[in-house]
Amino acid sequence: MEGLTLSDAEQKYYSDLFSYCDIESTKKVVVNGRVLELFRAAQLPNDVVLQIMELCGATRLGYFGRSQFYIALKLVAVAQSGFPLRVESINTVKDLPLPRFVASKNEQESRLAASYSSDSENQGSYSGVIPPPPGRGQVKKGPGSHDAVQPRPSAEQQEPVSPVVSPQQSPPTSPHTWRKHSRHPSGGNSERPLTGPGPFWSPFGDAQAGSSAGDAVWSGQSPPPPQDNWVSFADTPPTSALLTMHPASVQDQTTVRTVASAATANEIRRQSSSYEDPWKITDEQRQYYVNQFKTIQPDLNGFIPGSAAKEFFTKSKLPILELSHIWELSDFDKDGALTLDEFCAAFHLVVARKNGYDLPEKLPESLMPKLIDLEDSADVGEQPGEVGYSGSPAEAPPSKSPSMPSLNQTWPELNQSSEQWETFSERSSSSQTLTQFDSNIAPADPDTAIVHPVPIRMTPSKIHMQEMELKRTSSDHTNPTSPLLVKPSDLSEENKINSSVKFPSGNTVDGYSSSDSFPSDPEQIGSSVTRQRSHSGTSPDNTAPPPPPPRPQPSHSRSSSLDMNRTFAVTTGQQQAGVVAHPPAVPPRPQPSQAPGPSVHRPVDADGLITHTSTSPQQIPEQPNFADFSQFEVFAASNVSEEQDSEAEKHPEVLPAEKASDPSSSLRAAQADSKAEEKTATNVPANVSKGTTPLAPPPKPVRRRLKSEDELRPDVDEHTQKTGVLAAVLTSQPSIPRSVGKDKKAIQASIRRNKETNTVLARLNSELQQQLKDVLEERISLEVQLEQLRPFSHL
Amino acid sequence: MAVCIAVIAKENYPLYIRSTPTESELKFHYMVHTSLDVVDEKISAMGKALVDQRELYLGLLYPTEDYKVYGYVTNSKVKFVMVVDSSNTALRDNEIRSMFRKLHNSYTDVMCNPFYNPGDRIQSRAFDTMVTSMMIQVC
Repeated sequence: MEGLTLSDAEQKYYSDLFSYCDIESTKKVVVNGRVLELFRAAQLPNDVVLQIMELCGATRLGYFGRSQFYIALKLVAVAQSGFPLRVESINTVKDLPLPRFVASKNEQESRLAASYSSDSENQGSYSGVIPPPPGRGQVKKGPGSHDAVQPRPSAEQQEPVSPVVSPQQSPPTSPHTWRKHSRHPSGGNSERPLTGPGPFWSPFGDAQAGSSAGDAVWSGQSPPPPQDNWVSFADTPPTSALLTMHPASVQDQTTVRTVASAATANEIRRQSSSYEDPWKITDEQRQYYVNQFKTIQPDLNGFIPGSAAKEFFTKSKLPILELSHIWELSDFDKDGALTLDEFCAAFHLVVARKNGYDLPEKLPESLMPKLIDLEDSADVGEQPGEVGYSGSPAEAPPSKSPSMPSLNQTWPELNQSSEQWETFSERSSSSQTLTQFDSNIAPADPDTAIVHPVPIRMTPSKIHMQEMELKRTSSDHTNPTSPLLVKPSDLSEENKINSSVKFPSGNTVDGYSSSDSFPSDPEQIGSSVTRQRSHSGTSPDNTAPPPPPPRPQPSHSRSSSLDMNRTFAVTTGQQQAGVVAHPPAVPPRPQPSQAPGPSVHRPVDADGLITHTSTSPQQIPEQPNFADFSQFEVFAASNVSEEQDSEAEKHPEVLPAEKASDPSSSLRAAQADSKAEEKTATNVPANVSKGTTPLAPPPKPVRRRLKSEDELRPDVDEHTQKTGVLAAVLTSQPSIPRSVGKDKKAIQASIRRNKETNTVLARLNSELQQQLKDVLEERISLEVQLEQLRPFSHL
Repeated sequence: MAVCIAVIAKENYPLYIRSTPTESELKFHYMVHTSLDVVDEKISAMGKALVDQRELYLGLLYPTEDYKVYGYVTNSKVKFVMVVDSSNTALRDNEIRSMFRKLHNSYTDVMCNPFYNPGDRIQSRAFDTMVTSMMIQVC
């Protein structure tokens, strides 16, 4: 053992095997480790293996040291050579060949051994100096022999490496790949040495036989590597590997037999079959590939996506660059996915590459997918296109739907804007109502002012009586209601201002003729103002009980005398008096003009059409009855006018009723006196009735007057005075038409008029009586207030 | 036809660059590097035009005494630069376009390979073959 000598080739070969077995690099290989697998690969019986282990000393030590390992390998070679197993045989037997661990290669090396033995016989002189294989190679073909030696250990080393897959082996695989790359030229050279040993192949005698033998070697080599890789992918136990080895050896034996036939036709067939064999997938391999395909894609007609394929093939530990190249070759239709055939082609390429074969530049025909598959793939390609088309309309609705809600959003905004417009319109309508309210207020004030000019028409005698009564009432009122007197005066002044505003409007309606009458009206207004002032002046004097009676009497008498003078001047009957008669008619004209618009136009037409030259009071009632005048006689027209007056009186007011009550009493006294007085009496009611016509304003002013009565009692007295003046003026006017009319007709007309006036007066009497009752009640309440206030005044 | 072909990534780092005369490799690298400024300028100009169907072919970037430089930009902002010998007057714009289109298709195939990591240098055998075919025509 100590004297063991190894050649360079043996030293290198043995060291490689030892490093392979020494996983932990402790220089001590476990008996049950890879060494056992290695020995089993040597295809030796178990008995022989056990003997070898005992002889080398591994059994005693429990492990293989480097020396024991080398001795064991020597013994394996001896056993494989057929020599007896003895420790001495290692040294004694010279020209011992290298141990063989692959079944197929065992046969090949057995042939080589035979050739070596023949060579040794021929070259007896070199037996002791040079080892037989390298020596022969150097002599005949030096470089060829060296190349021939290199691939053998690499091939042998690859086989044990393939069953086991681990990260530790990834570095050693790279140098193997380099050797694999160099193997092709070595393969070519290997053919030559096979042809070299002429004496062994001399029985065949043909060079073609030698070439066919080389092809057989290639065919023999191709099947085993994919199986080994197949095993590596499956991660099956080593026993399965050994089992697979047996069928491989059987295949090799069959190939040898076919080679032995040595027929020319057979040789040609063998060449063609060997040409196709390298890339053809066997049924067993295809079944395995199909099973792997099912694990990823159960449907055989389905596709394996690129990502899944990447994960699967990455397990092979091949470089990414090589895998990408395999993908380029196998993905024939370039759809990014693998069909069953494409997957088998890719898997086959991976296995071949794993076994050391170079990848082809183009996909071999045997691995190309079938035309049917291409057609199927084309159909499948169309289907996704259709799906795309169906998908696009599906996408269109979602793109359109967001636009629809946007339109809906715009519509609500428009609705909101319209609502805002509606709100504005409502505001505008509300503003219109406000304007209407203002317009309603404006006409009310002038209506209240209309009452003031009426009191001017009153008889002198009535005036005196009223003045006495007014003095009494004024004295009573001034004491308790001193602050009220001040307010009523202010209101009366405002009313006068309103009346002055009306006169200019009257001028515009009537024309220039009415302008002459205005200077007299302001004089009357001035007189009324002076009266009010006198009342206000007397109020502080009236505070003392004894002094008030004498002072107010002369003041009232003076004012009454002034009014009488004016009325007399008017009644003189001169042309100037006639002109003066027009002004009292002016106030009533604007009143009806304001109330109804069309009536204003009618009086203008009536003036033009009327043939008879009558006074203004007659014109006023005739205006609305123009049609009746044309149909009936003048007298009938006058009767109708009286009826209208009665109708006007049907709407009596508190103030005009009170005014009428005094004239009625005066009328009765006048009738009792004489005929002349009777004439004057008949004139008076007519004047009163005519006076009431302007006193027919809307109910609103009536309500205001009623309210103001309690506050404006002294104003009421003033109104009554004015009405007396107006009555006096009116009495002079009707006398003229009576003298002009016929006696008989005039009498009948006067009778009818008197009857009508009687009925009207009766009504007025009843109303006035009711008003008197109300006034009396008010007096009672005021007296009660005075009684209540007296104790306070005492305090 | 082409003297140098380069593929530049979106972030302006080279994915692939190959030139026929090995001695002039550095010169071609310099030309490609300077051409990137022109490419960016043209891209920004196209962006201002707001053209939906953007023209991928940028045309002649800039001519030099000895060579002409053409540009091409993909929708994913990958730039292709091709340097052509000025002496080759027979070469027309349509041929340059077809070459770029072919180059773009090959690049697409490389991207579709599941074993290729986007952003890595292109080491595809098919791509190399295609580029070689375009460059051999010059010889």
